[in-house]
Amino acid sequence: MSQTPVSINFGAYSEHVPANIPAAVQQATGRFLGNRQARVAEMPQWEALRQAASDIRLHTLMHLDAYLEKLAAQVTAAGGQVHWAADAAAARQTVLEIARQHNVRQAVKVKSMATEEIGLNHALQEAGIEVLETDLGEFIIQLAGTGPSHIIVPAVHLTKEEIAELFRQKLGVDAPADPIKLTEIARATLRQKFLAADMGISGANFLVAETGTLITVTNEGNGRMCTTLPDLHVAVVGIDKVVPDWESLTVLLKLLARSATGQKLSTYTSFITGPRRAEGEFGPKEFHLILLDNGRSRVLQDPLGRQALKCIRCGCCLNVCPVYKNVGGFAYGWFISGPVGSIFSPQILGVGAAGQLPFASSLCGACAEVCPVKIPIPDILLHLRRRVVEGDAFGGPSAPATIRLGAWLGTLAFGVPWLYRLGTRLLPGLTAILRRGEWIPALPPPANRWTKVRPFPAFAARFRQWWGKRPLRGGKP
Amino acid sequence: MQAQLFITCLGEQFYPGMLEKMVGILEALGVQLIFPEEQTCCGQPFFNSGFRQRTLPLARRWLQTFSRSQAPIVSPSGSCVDMVRHHYAELFPEGTPEHQMALETAARTFEFSEFLVHQLGVTDVGASFPHKVTYHASCHYLRGLGLRQEAKQLLAAVRGLELIPLVEEETCCGFGGVFSVVYPEVSRAMMEAKVRNIIASGAEAVVACDAGCLMNISGGLQKAASPIRAMHLIEVLAERE
Repeated sequence: MSQTPVSINFGAYSEHVPANIPAAVQQATGRFLGNRQARVAEMPQWEALRQAASDIRLHTLMHLDAYLEKLAAQVTAAGGQVHWAADAAAARQTVLEIARQHNVRQAVKVKSMATEEIGLNHALQEAGIEVLETDLGEFIIQLAGTGPSHIIVPAVHLTKEEIAELFRQKLGVDAPADPIKLTEIARATLRQKFLAADMGISGANFLVAETGTLITVTNEGNGRMCTTLPDLHVAVVGIDKVVPDWESLTVLLKLLARSATGQKLSTYTSFITGPRRAEGEFGPKEFHLILLDNGRSRVLQDPLGRQALKCIRCGCCLNVCPVYKNVGGFAYGWFISGPVGSIFSPQILGVGAAGQLPFASSLCGACAEVCPVKIPIPDILLHLRRRVVEGDAFGGPSAPATIRLGAWLGTLAFGVPWLYRLGTRLLPGLTAILRRGEWIPALPPPANRWTKVRPFPAFAARFRQWWGKRPLRGGKP
Repeated sequence: MQAQLFITCLGEQFYPGMLEKMVGILEALGVQLIFPEEQTCCGQPFFNSGFRQRTLPLARRWLQTFSRSQAPIVSPSGSCVDMVRHHYAELFPEGTPEHQMALETAARTFEFSEFLVHQLGVTDVGASFPHKVTYHASCHYLRGLGLRQEAKQLLAAVRGLELIPLVEEETCCGFGGVFSVVYPEVSRAMMEAKVRNIIASGAEAVVACDAGCLMNISGGLQKAASPIRAMHLIEVLAERE
């Protein structure tokens, strides 16, 4: 899973969403949102923090080259090794080379979206390296053989009963549908692996340029095990994750956990600056940082589209999105889902592959209202819709000609006032045969896409006639 | 005071009674109304589908139509006003006369309840509607125009009206314009959730401030064979039961 998709068919998936997914997703996201609301209410400076975070992220993106150079220099100075990966294949290759040099047989992983993005697990397994996800959610979806369906809760689509069944099938243990028992089973399985692993793999929530520090924000102890027990730590991180300094980091950390789970701070916030510096010190002997571009520098050139890269992966836009909550994450076809997935994937994969996603929104704006870094998600969705139907300097058009013809006919009908008025007068009569009382229960294609869900109101225009017959009271334009 | 009526294409096609009542309420408050007959559609359906170029002539015509008078423009639709207010200016390059015209016109275009509460300073129009009513916050009205209290202030002043809170009041009903026909099954799931909450509220009517939401919600209630009425705010404010 999480291989780079060639074509994402949101529409086809949305017609056959597994029945248990919306309920499972809504239960978890509802809990997170409730907690978030309580945290926001405690913080009178919340809006100011959001603005500050947005400014920090945008500033960093606008000077990304300089901050990346600084970061690379600091990581190197701390004894780490920096690798640049232009795309997913290069990043996978780099990880494999490092693994080969160290004769790695077993790897353990911290939950990471960047490694999902590049499909790392698959590549490692093909190279004969055993790789184990150690975040509970990731552990579960690895057993299930799927990608994540939520940014911070990868297995959010599964109920505890389904997870118990999965454990019974894949681990051959008697697993009750009890979260605590299930966690104990996973823990016992994982403990052995931490001690045996030759390589720990992580992503990062942030990279602090001024000191070359990698930050992971986690709630389970697994992250620290992965990044301290094996002798080798390899981190794959998108170039968008850099922040200038610790002061900026503080602002973002205040927002991240509160927006994500509604915690003030996650259980673990780990700061990793290079490998161990002396014998006798704990931690890996080698630290490798692979900085992943994979289309991000191209997105940076788009003044509106680049704002998608401000994302700090809190998942809050998923939690509030009524579309996401009714289809789940798999509908979005790649490692990142929900509103931010709909603005990220089409920019990285192109609108040819992911052109359906910008339309997978009612433009309700709930996402932009909660986004801790103020990404104007609906504006970017509109921007990408334009790319799909009209094309721009970054891609497209990719919409079928029939859609464009339909739009032309539509604007013709509305663009010529006499034609519009004529149509308005004729429509009630023309549609009379379809009418049942105040409703039209069924319309011919393509309008049946409306009436298959609910009836259409009867055409009933009469305002102009009514207005014309009134005694003149108003002024003339 | 004078005002220009921007009736919107959906309002014109499907809610003529609501438009007539809007005229009645505004005139009763002493507003002299102008109806620019060249108006068609503001272009929102095309703009929201990505057809920016196709939107241009519609926006241009709309601006010309409503610039013949300097009077404020009033509309019974949050999303159409949001289109004019927040998207017209970006359609035309800065520094062009059209951009200037868009900014100037946007500044005097108001949603109906916004016009009443903030321009006329009116929250009580003398309505009486002794029924249980719940309220759905239309997305563009709420988040686009930032109108969180206005409709409720007007409802609060209606004699006999009991306003019942709606669970997930601010969650989209699933209309979303083109979204409702591009992904009908997702739209259905969202609509059904909204309708379930409305039915569970125990209200006799649900009020919203946008024709799009009303088409969707009333259709959903009809399909669920519910007797609950989906009403535009204006229709409630015109009641004198």
